[in-house]
Amino acid sequence: MDLSFLAIQALNGLSSASSLFITACGLTLVFGVTRIVNFAHGSLYMIGAYTAATLVPRLLELSFGPVTFWAGILASAIVVGLIGVLIEVLLLRRIYGAPELFQLLATFGVVLVVQDVTILIFGPEDILGPRAPGLRAPVEIFGRRFPSYELVLIAAGPVVLGLVWLLLRKTRFGVLVRAATQDREMIAALGVNQALLFTGTLFLGAFLAGLGGALQIPRVSAHAGMDLSIIAEAFVVTVVGGMGSVPGAFLAALVIGQLQAFGILIFPKSTLVVVFLLMAIVLAVRPYGFFGRPEVIGGAHAVGIASRERSPFATLAVIAVIGILAALPLIGDAYVLKVATEILIFALFAFSLQILIGVGGLVSFGHAAFFGLGAYGAALAVKWLAFPMETALPAGLLLAALGAALIGAFVVRLSGIYLAMMTLAAAQIVFAVAFQWVDVTGGDNGIVGVWPSTWASGPTTYYFFTLALTAAVIVLLMRIIDAPLGYALRAARDSTARAEAIGLYIRRHRWLAFTISGAAAGLAGGIYAFSRGSVDPTLLGIPTSVDALTMLLIGGIQTVTGPLVGAGVLHVLRDQIMPLTSLWRLVLGLSIIAIVLVFPRGIVGTIRNWREERT
Amino acid sequence: MTKASMTRRLALGLALALSSPSAQAQQPSIKLGELNSYARWAAFTVPYRNGWQMALDEINAKGGVLGRKLEIISRDDGATTGDATRVADELVTREGAVLLFGSFQSNVGIAMADYANQKKILYMAAEPLTDAITMAQGNRYTFRIRPNNFMQVGMLVDQAKASGAKRWAIVAPNYEYGQSAAEVFKRLIKERVPGAEIVAEQYPALGKIEAGATVSALEQAKPDGIFNVLFGPDLTQFVREGNTRGLFEDATVLSLLTGEPEWLLPLKDEVPEGWTVTGYPWDEITDPKHKAFIDAYRAKFNETPRLGSLLGYMVVHMIRDTIERAGSVETEALIKVLEDAKFDTVIGPVTMRGVDNQATMGAWVGKLVLKGAHGGMTDWTYKDGTPFMPGEAEVKAARKD
Repeated sequence: MDLSFLAIQALNGLSSASSLFITACGLTLVFGVTRIVNFAHGSLYMIGAYTAATLVPRLLELSFGPVTFWAGILASAIVVGLIGVLIEVLLLRRIYGAPELFQLLATFGVVLVVQDVTILIFGPEDILGPRAPGLRAPVEIFGRRFPSYELVLIAAGPVVLGLVWLLLRKTRFGVLVRAATQDREMIAALGVNQALLFTGTLFLGAFLAGLGGALQIPRVSAHAGMDLSIIAEAFVVTVVGGMGSVPGAFLAALVIGQLQAFGILIFPKSTLVVVFLLMAIVLAVRPYGFFGRPEVIGGAHAVGIASRERSPFATLAVIAVIGILAALPLIGDAYVLKVATEILIFALFAFSLQILIGVGGLVSFGHAAFFGLGAYGAALAVKWLAFPMETALPAGLLLAALGAALIGAFVVRLSGIYLAMMTLAAAQIVFAVAFQWVDVTGGDNGIVGVWPSTWASGPTTYYFFTLALTAAVIVLLMRIIDAPLGYALRAARDSTARAEAIGLYIRRHRWLAFTISGAAAGLAGGIYAFSRGSVDPTLLGIPTSVDALTMLLIGGIQTVTGPLVGAGVLHVLRDQIMPLTSLWRLVLGLSIIAIVLVFPRGIVGTIRNWREERT
Repeated sequence: MTKASMTRRLALGLALALSSPSAQAQQPSIKLGELNSYARWAAFTVPYRNGWQMALDEINAKGGVLGRKLEIISRDDGATTGDATRVADELVTREGAVLLFGSFQSNVGIAMADYANQKKILYMAAEPLTDAITMAQGNRYTFRIRPNNFMQVGMLVDQAKASGAKRWAIVAPNYEYGQSAAEVFKRLIKERVPGAEIVAEQYPALGKIEAGATVSALEQAKPDGIFNVLFGPDLTQFVREGNTRGLFEDATVLSLLTGEPEWLLPLKDEVPEGWTVTGYPWDEITDPKHKAFIDAYRAKFNETPRLGSLLGYMVVHMIRDTIERAGSVETEALIKVLEDAKFDTVIGPVTMRGVDNQATMGAWVGKLVLKGAHGGMTDWTYKDGTPFMPGEAEVKAARKD
């Protein structure tokens, strides 16, 4: 490997780093001020690319030249900025009072809506933008050709960094943004117009996302998968750099760019894992990323299940619900039973997440890891050890519990958003292993032929089997919520300092919670694997984690029954909408947004609230 | 035969003839389940949907099949194996689909084949190309229309012999289709081009290529031949970076599918001229039957056909013929008819080979060239699939049934 090659590869890394930084910079600013983890940031990036790829060629037809090109790029970024304002005013502003996770759910609704609307507006085909006038020809560096546009991109990163730095340091808006990043309540108390500040920040964040996307058009065609492919990396950059820190994002982007450029030489087949491995290592060593600060004590209010007097009818209600569910095979056909089986599985999955979020205040973005480990554990046991279902299910549960114990050991040292991101990184690492260790896991083909034992294979029997297992485990978990462990977790959630002061060993309790929750999710995963007959890496993917969160939030994170209701609502919605229209993402996204606006505490939580207000 | 009975028969016949329209209207339609990646791979699948829609309209305008209308219930397969089998289950158990067809990604195709085998329902894999669907993972319920990787790579490698290139680099998306194509290429190039060696391999994750770094890494190995399996957004990025950096200038490039309009059009005027590709030169087709299809398609949808359009159109017509010949929609009857079935399609005769359920549909092989603002194919020939199929002994050794 000669030196010139290494230099070119480093330049390749730098230009990727620049693009990544510009996008991630917007994400980190928005998070710093509004505390919103904006899943829709990738969608804004995609809109930027589509707008520029459509707009710039039209402008170039009018007058060809570098000025037009760059004006078009800027105009596209401004359009995206305005869309950001629209999202803030119409949606986010209405739910700042809701638990922070709710805003995340709302932005996820936006992601779904944008996916369909983009194809509606711009058409299904990928759009390759024009090359930049004056920058078509490559330049010769160390005897190798290098695209001159990439050089411009390399410069664009530091330029944006400089401009954002000036904006933050030299303008009143910048002072406010920095103040809000440090202590949001304080600047509200000082009489700063928060609405305007938030709108401004959203504009800036969306503008940067749009700019990041628009700058891509000479090298990447605008296509429908862009949003999700950038968002994971943008998260990594913001977390590794420290949430809210712009210079941190720059440094992180540089490191990640180089890692990717040289990573493909060493591990040409394991490109996915390196980025998340970096994030896990950084967080293990520096819990707040490069330049992040610990959250202000009391700054983040974890909300969750509170103690409340048990209704005298609670036990009766549980028995009644189980009774009704057990009677379902009398009226439902095979397909209804299949859907009901899946709802039960997801209810257990969402409920296991509730142990972490609602009870422990530990927001996990990577709960799919345990679900998937359970499914893969069972499937691998069937494939390699020829286990029957009766032993494969416990094997899956065991693998998930071990995985949760291991991941939990790293995670419980962290808190807040960093904890959430560490779980995401862990899940992505497990995902990458399942995806790229083809010999054992079958890669993206997954493992097929994971069918239940003969006695349980009919839809009715399997439904009863699922009902028995999920009901037993959920009742057990409900019991744990009211057991000393549950109380200890809730104490630690509400005030870490006080809980420690009365002698609770918080980390150990949290670690236990992780293990229990992971085991329950793993059981759900195992049952799911046998109901479908196959496993594949999507079970471990971000969308599965988001699903669990969505169910939990739709139902209500402050209630015990919320996740169960949420699982039912989301699954039925999806099952009903998907066959109706090819625009099901749009409809589902709008439904999620509507639920967020109408039920800002989740369905169960809001209904309970209405009832309590009336009495 | 007496006169009276003759009259009676006539009367009866007349009555039947008169009553038949209403009897036909009461006949429930035949439901076909269709699933594909309409969101994830819209560039291919939306024209494909147009194609099957057009075939469906034609068939129903002529009264359907077996006196019943055809109905296609279409779903998005989410481009993942889990979603696809779930949707398939919904199509079969809730909608009552009599057979399934569609899917795009090879890994999804394999999962669908397993599903078909488990639930004993017919599945027509329209697009997935991995050999596994008709080889190692093949089963009696799964049929494939398009030429598989082995066939298409075989056609390209034949073209490579003349070039004299010996040092080959491979770039392929890291999932079933790419892995399968790369594997076949490694095998065939060594078998058919003496002295050939593989000097570099790059497997970017599907949809996540770092194009600049990938191109530099290939360049570093100084290959005189490049075998490309990338398609879609990965391909556009790769071509642009490769063009700028001169990767393709002194190399023979073989590329799967790049001549298909769905992947070629997004490249606009940056078409890498001189690549040897498989594709679909619809603008130069002169065969009257095929031309008639192209003209009708353009008139109906006001756009030019993609390969997906042709495929969707062909598949539904083949399904219609199958049902008509079987005289029923029972899975076993359909499978029986499909064995070594000969179809008269718009592109000519196609046989469904019995030993591996692989159709003999061929591919157009030629070179890429810039035609005005867009790319197209030149110097092409249509290669029938038959001589490129894997040998029967090999198939029997690979398949488990």
